Amino acid sequence: MTNSDGLPRAVIAAHGDFAAGLVSAVQLISGRGDACRALSNSGLDAASLESAVRAAIAEHGATVVFTDLPAGSCTIAARKATRETPEVAVVTGVNLPMLLDFVMKEGTDRAAAERAAAKGRDAIAVAPAPVRAP
Amino acid sequence: MSVALYRIDDRLIHGQVVVGWGQPLNVAFIVLVDDAVAASDWEQDLYRAGVPPEMELAFESVESAAAKLPALEARAEVGIVLTADIDTMQRLIDASGRITKVNLGGIHHRAGRDAKLRFVFLTAKEEGQLRAMAQGGVTVTAQDVPACTPVPLGDVLAGTGA
Repeated sequence: MTNSDGLPRAVIAAHGDFAAGLVSAVQLISGRGDACRALSNSGLDAASLESAVRAAIAEHGATVVFTDLPAGSCTIAARKATRETPEVAVVTGVNLPMLLDFVMKEGTDRAAAERAAAKGRDAIAVAPAPVRAP
Repeated sequence: MSVALYRIDDRLIHGQVVVGWGQPLNVAFIVLVDDAVAASDWEQDLYRAGVPPEMELAFESVESAAAKLPALEARAEVGIVLTADIDTMQRLIDASGRITKVNLGGIHHRAGRDAKLRFVFLTAKEEGQLRAMAQGGVTVTAQDVPACTPVPLGDVLAGTGA
């Protein structure tokens, strides 16, 4: 699936203000915050959250839904909302490197989602311990 | 009793249940009681994907859950029994005759519901259902995560539990 303008567009569905914070950071770093639509699960029951995800995908022309917890209500809602649209990928465990990869590179299809997910995974590391001066 | 929590939560399997309660209580099993989910392989796969491999997840109808509650309560490990709505929990209470405490974990906003707590919104009908549940001898409190203080049903309904 591609958007009418061929640009990557994603919905980020997460707990509390996490999605809005990520979009803010994407905008600050890349200027491409408008590629992402933030959605919070705050106060929404399961059916309302699923409807909100479905509406956000349609309104934003999103080809990927990024969610935070694999076990979370946002992931459940995103998977239910995309059950009939397999061209829209759901990626769990969203982080900033993942989103930056998605918005800055070409491609709106599942391969782009998988590439972004790999980038996000690769960014997780424990920094080497500093060497103490003798 | 090894069932630590009989919880009403419209999100069913999610972070508060798996992580928020699951880790501090060392939950070994979750029983999701929902007639529709119990009949849907696709939904079961969806919820199973949200549970860590060391945590057992069972799907039951109200009828089958009621029959299995004595065995579940006799298990050595700690478990949680979940329903998505008040009606299902009341049916489980009636069918099993064993439940004395119910946790309101999340009844979120939708049209027709009024805010009672940050995570509890109720219609007038649902308020009546909860009053009837309490009058039937069940202690009902609202508590989304263990770190928060349980709010008695009276305070929930009065809107004074915030």
